[in-house]
Amino acid sequence: MTTAVFAGVDVEVNEEGFLVNSDEWTADVAEAIAADSGVGPLTELHWKVITFCREDAAREGTAPGLRRISKLSGVGMKDLYALFPKGPGKLAAMVSGLPKPQSCI
Amino acid sequence: MKRLLILGAGTAGTMVANHLRTKLPSGWSMSVIDPEPEHLYQPDLLFIPFGTQTPARAKRPRADSLRDVDWIREPVVAVEPDAKCVVLGSGLRLSYDLLVLATGSRTRPEETEGLTGPLWRSEVHDFYTLEGATALHGALENFKGGRLVLNIVEMPIKCPVAPLEFAFLADDYFKRRGMREEVELVYVTPLDGAFTKPIASSVLGGMLEERGIRVESEFNASEVDNDRRVLRSWDERGIDFDLLVTIPTHGGAPVIGASGMGDELDFVPTDRHTLAARDHDGIFVLGDATNLPASKAGSVAHFQAEVLVENLQRVMDGRSPVEGFDGHSNCFIESGAGKAMLIDFNYDVEPLPGKYPLPLVGPMSLMKETRLNHMGKLGFRWAYWNMLLPARPMLIGSRMSLMGKKTALLNPNPSQAASA
Repeated sequence: MTTAVFAGVDVEVNEEGFLVNSDEWTADVAEAIAADSGVGPLTELHWKVITFCREDAAREGTAPGLRRISKLSGVGMKDLYALFPKGPGKLAAMVSGLPKPQSCI
Repeated sequence: MKRLLILGAGTAGTMVANHLRTKLPSGWSMSVIDPEPEHLYQPDLLFIPFGTQTPARAKRPRADSLRDVDWIREPVVAVEPDAKCVVLGSGLRLSYDLLVLATGSRTRPEETEGLTGPLWRSEVHDFYTLEGATALHGALENFKGGRLVLNIVEMPIKCPVAPLEFAFLADDYFKRRGMREEVELVYVTPLDGAFTKPIASSVLGGMLEERGIRVESEFNASEVDNDRRVLRSWDERGIDFDLLVTIPTHGGAPVIGASGMGDELDFVPTDRHTLAARDHDGIFVLGDATNLPASKAGSVAHFQAEVLVENLQRVMDGRSPVEGFDGHSNCFIESGAGKAMLIDFNYDVEPLPGKYPLPLVGPMSLMKETRLNHMGKLGFRWAYWNMLLPARPMLIGSRMSLMGKKTALLNPNPSQAASA
């Protein structure tokens, strides 16, 4: 576990770059993680996905997987790949300050 | 008279029914509901494509495994958890006091565009159904060489090691036919490696490499282009194939979706330790039907069944259920040439090398290819029909044990290892 500085704030992250404590997440931290992970500046559509992920995780206790996001967030699979290239399941969770989704056992 | 209903007489439902048959308290009745006349031993689906098992020998009359159990041979079209009632295909409504959902999972090839197109069951196959495994046997026998692509569309799937076993057995099969040089094997997975757990993933990844099987990782299949014979991903990669063996998207039983009781894939939100349905009173869930982050495998259903039987008895007795399930899973992994591996793990501890079930003695070896493990896998077929389904006592405990395992290999932070 290491400490990373996002938006001038010290936050704890694991070796893959996911926040250890989801409470340390802020909108500024999200922007900083997005810039760092190649997602780029966050648009309104990104925020639609992030808001869904955080609300769903608060409700369900686990980070939503890609299929759940595409089915329930109102943003389809093609758009998710455009918004979070190379791995929207992982990257949406990371930018949302959530752990890596557990949808793969 | 109070009534316990069990939906589904697959591995999970049959074991629970047979466990409880002699343990029901007075004042309780039990019925199992399943429309299918035959019981399929699903691990045999792996062997049918290679001709080492036949479709006929993979199934038996369901009545044989439900002796002395009241079996209602009808489909269930809806569950009404608020009314505590299920609706049968005939329209008959049956009320219950306790309900067990053992409705399993099924493949949904239609979820992927083009998968069930013109090439389906000629150049595009699955082996998770009896029809699919049978058709694939014919396709392998007639295969003249070229690129065989094995693709997992998305997780979760039943028996997450079966695709790896298929790859190992395909390598062995083409070698035995003297045509391995003419076949390119490609393993295409949405995961970032061969398996979901780090130590096993590296061992299994090495085994693919040794056999010259190329791995294409983090590939989320979006479409099968039937005209060009290309498997495409959402991030616009494309893989040409001559023969595509797919493990399609899995989902829960249609009745779960129709009753509004499932998640986005119709798996039922379930308490990870008690196996109670999270959103409904008087309902328990086990086997493939749950949304739990445990393998969808017969061994898991077995370990869950022991916990569930205890919990059903406790609830019938007016007590609260125990948090007895730890995510325990174990499975044999056929690796070809008459050998197999064995892995054993739970929610928190990933598969480790060592001996099983007894420390040092074994006789099985964990995470190592041996002939004895292969004999174990074949012997398990007998144990399934004669010990497991009839719920006769087995040697292995429902909780995972660390005894005899090389725990020094574990990541110092177990939650990290478990979250992969």
